[in-house]
Amino acid sequence: MTMSETFPTPDLSHLTAEDYDHVYEPAEDTFLLMDALEKDADLLRSIAPSICLEVGCGSGAVITFLGSILGSQPHYLCTDLNPRAAECAARTGKQNNISVHPVLTDLVSALLPRLQNKVDVMIFNPPYVVTPTDEVGSHGIEASWAGGVKGREVMDRFFPLVPKLLSDHGVFYLVTIEQNDPEEIGCRMREFGFTMDKVMSRKAGPEKLAILRFSSCKRTM
Amino acid sequence: MLLSFRTIMRLLTHNMLTSHVKGVTNGYPLKLQAENIKVMSVDFNPEFVARMIPKLEWQALIQAAESIGHLGDLPRELMPEYESNEEFLKMAHHVLMEVEVIEGNLECPETGRKFPIKNGIPNMLLNEDEV
Repeated sequence: MTMSETFPTPDLSHLTAEDYDHVYEPAEDTFLLMDALEKDADLLRSIAPSICLEVGCGSGAVITFLGSILGSQPHYLCTDLNPRAAECAARTGKQNNISVHPVLTDLVSALLPRLQNKVDVMIFNPPYVVTPTDEVGSHGIEASWAGGVKGREVMDRFFPLVPKLLSDHGVFYLVTIEQNDPEEIGCRMREFGFTMDKVMSRKAGPEKLAILRFSSCKRTM
Repeated sequence: MLLSFRTIMRLLTHNMLTSHVKGVTNGYPLKLQAENIKVMSVDFNPEFVARMIPKLEWQALIQAAESIGHLGDLPRELMPEYESNEEFLKMAHHVLMEVEVIEGNLECPETGRKFPIKNGIPNMLLNEDEV
């Protein structure tokens, strides 16, 4: 039986209370996502990624953590709508000796078509909270949680982009809560040619969180 | 204020960015105008560079490097078996990873719209009327 490797949580001491007025402070969902990536460390390394992308990077904790698993070889790109988040993500990378390259753009808009089928590891911790539709679409901190109807409005815009972005052997990690209806997400992604695995789940207060992993049906895991 | 930290934009990232201003049919490559560039040392990994090259638009890289005066001797065309040409890979590594843009603009080739690079972060967000 092999011991699973553990990786240290990124040092976030450079981020201040003032930063967290504008940028999502890592919470249970963030840490569950990191735990899932850690659990998948062998799988991630076996992909030998060239390009890693986190959509909606917030503080940069997750892309930086991915960097601690995969090392300095891959090119780490991340996107956000919030200029403050992009700046924090770069600082978080720097604080932890990972070169993180943020781009301010809506989802991945500016990175397509160039990233077509080139992303080897993709991560999205979307705004998944069920809110009124009119709360969706800000560029400030609300953008980090406001998910609209069923908490799905933002992630639903992203799903059709997954087959455009992922490489043949690429994997995509998504954070969801029960209200987002993960089974239905699985069906939708199957139509795009992806199988779904539930890597990890956890109850955090009232939220039943699940980390879903998608990979091409053609790929044998 | 002492700015001890600096984010940077590599030419590798520039190679992946496209303008999507409404109505634009060809928003690539963006013209790079750099006001503040630094050259830093980054560990050379020939396998990584060799794997990245097929993902690049080589001419866009050449244009961008040339526009900021950092083309050096990098060949304008890829030669056969570049993957095993260590001297070439080193030059490619330098241009892709070691020339860093801190401040500048990325100009849409069709509309002339400038997307700012501030503190190494390209801001590709579109205004409401541009979407």
